[in-house]
Amino acid sequence: MIGLSHYLVVAAILFTIGVFGIFVNRKNIIVILMSVELILLAVNINLVSFSVYLHDVVGQIFAMFVLTVAAAEAAVGLAILVTFFRNRGDIAVDDASMMKG
Amino acid sequence: MQAIAFYLLAFVTLAAGILVVSARNPVHSVLFLITAFFSAAGLFVLLGAEFLAMLLIVVYVGAVAVLFLFVVMMLDVDFEELRKGFAQYLPIGGLVAGVLTLEMIFVAATVANNGKAGQNANPMASPEGVSNTEAIGRVLYTDYAFFFQLAGLVLLVAMIGAIVLTLRHKPGVRRQNIADQVARSPKTGMELVQIKPGEGISE
Repeated sequence: MIGLSHYLVVAAILFTIGVFGIFVNRKNIIVILMSVELILLAVNINLVSFSVYLHDVVGQIFAMFVLTVAAAEAAVGLAILVTFFRNRGDIAVDDASMMKG
Repeated sequence: MQAIAFYLLAFVTLAAGILVVSARNPVHSVLFLITAFFSAAGLFVLLGAEFLAMLLIVVYVGAVAVLFLFVVMMLDVDFEELRKGFAQYLPIGGLVAGVLTLEMIFVAATVANNGKAGQNANPMASPEGVSNTEAIGRVLYTDYAFFFQLAGLVLLVAMIGAIVLTLRHKPGVRRQNIADQVARSPKTGMELVQIKPGEGISE
């Protein structure tokens, strides 16, 4: 029988994969943004499974707001990335220290 | 039957997640991200939260992933160069990830064994006799109407921000100026030149 703990474990592993992706792809900001999306997806799985097991629909409402913020974040992040690429010609972010001060 | 579906969807989600962060080609990363979102939507359906599952597919697969795909294909970047340091950060990243996973699984097991949610053997995504979408709508448009509007504002700000960030005016491109066109009069529109016989017009 599949219980709450199964969903929580899946969400926990997915969250960790996202953190791991940020660690190992430090230069590639596109993959970093995708890792952030994975982390937010893990959070959403947690919210929805708790919402279902507590019989409280508010968790799903909150997951919707997380979805909204994630979409907005992806749009603005990619826009910044495109501007960054135009200015620098590459997207290596580990030495992005133009803003000194 | 439900267990088979759960394990299949969970396995695909996690495998696609690992491939997202480890794929050599970012285009493949985006495609695996789409796979991960799709199977996560399947998990939501399994939980009974159909509305959020469809929202996940429409918003993430339909909008966010396509946006990623656009950017990855548009930017001409040497992605091999960006992969340098992958092996260097692999041990510490793996260590942190392993510790984090263990901790979170312990917390999840504790919550599932002792918490109120874990005791509940009867998962329900919406109250009896009400569809999931209707249940969400009833709460979202009453108690959370203000937050709903606020979420719209967040999206508006993100849209304007993305446009402002990426808009650029190329020099040398002639644009239509409607105010100038409307303000044109016969006096400003033409110029009378007296030409002496036998001479041309020279500027």
